[in-house]
Amino acid sequence: MLEGKVALVTGGTRGIGLATARALAEAGATVVLTGRDEAKAKEAAAAAGAASGLALDVTDAKAVSTLVRGVAKEHGKLDIVVANAGIMEDALLGMIREELVDTTLSTNVAGTLHTVQAAARAMMRKKTGAIVVLASIVGEHGSAGQTVYAASKAAVANIARSAAKELGRSGIRVNAVAPGVIDTDLTSGLTEDAKAENIGKTPLGRLGTPEDVANAIRFLVSDDASFITGQVLGIDGGLVL
Amino acid sequence: MAEIAGKLREVFVEALDLDGEVDVENLKYRDIEAWDSVGHMALVAAIEDEFDVEFDTDQVIDMSSFKVAVDMVTDLQSK
Repeated sequence: MLEGKVALVTGGTRGIGLATARALAEAGATVVLTGRDEAKAKEAAAAAGAASGLALDVTDAKAVSTLVRGVAKEHGKLDIVVANAGIMEDALLGMIREELVDTTLSTNVAGTLHTVQAAARAMMRKKTGAIVVLASIVGEHGSAGQTVYAASKAAVANIARSAAKELGRSGIRVNAVAPGVIDTDLTSGLTEDAKAENIGKTPLGRLGTPEDVANAIRFLVSDDASFITGQVLGIDGGLVL
Repeated sequence: MAEIAGKLREVFVEALDLDGEVDVENLKYRDIEAWDSVGHMALVAAIEDEFDVEFDTDQVIDMSSFKVAVDMVTDLQSK
């Protein structure tokens, strides 16, 4: 499905990022994954069957640009970028610290933007490429206690919609996935009651898995999705918030 | 400088798909349809590849003409 393609997955050391790196590698792509910690990135790359694992702080625009250029140069091209790196910290409206706003927006919004910018530049010359960014169901519908995170993910969805409009004529597709409640480290803080409540609201009757999201991303970056761009695809089992 | 300008001229012609009518040496951003914001990204990527240099975001935005591009590449290559 992805034989001969070169892919980059940011935030690939765990959860959805790791599952995505593995799914793309299993589909035949040469995958480079990144994480903030180099040792963990290398370990994750070995676990996922990726070609390499590199350290990257997506809030550093220069570092993102250098890494993306480096990957494209080493492998001769860059076909697929999954801008997955992100953070989630809950806080009720009256308890939101300025630092939380800064760190969440710089990682989730600016980090995604840096990655999409660098990816577009790397893909522009060949006039082909597929980018997927990680939005969230709470970015589409809101969620109590997640005002900052929801705002950041709404921004991410609109990075996809806007970039798709700019880059379409250059043959570059940009889509977003909006996961519902996925069983990862980010949601490990949920109580059993909270998990049961979410499952109760989900028509498909379970939490999502990282593989559920990874499979959708693998489709979106493949040629099977060659006429799909600017979309935000819910991966949520029908969850209604 | 002349060698850089010559190579850069070739990059402009290829990246922006220019024909022989265009006065490349005096070209400015948005002078022609091909050099819009999307064309600019392709041009910057082509220059980076050709000269093995890397522009930061401010430089990308400030690259407003062929002459400015020559100065930028010359400056980066001297470092």
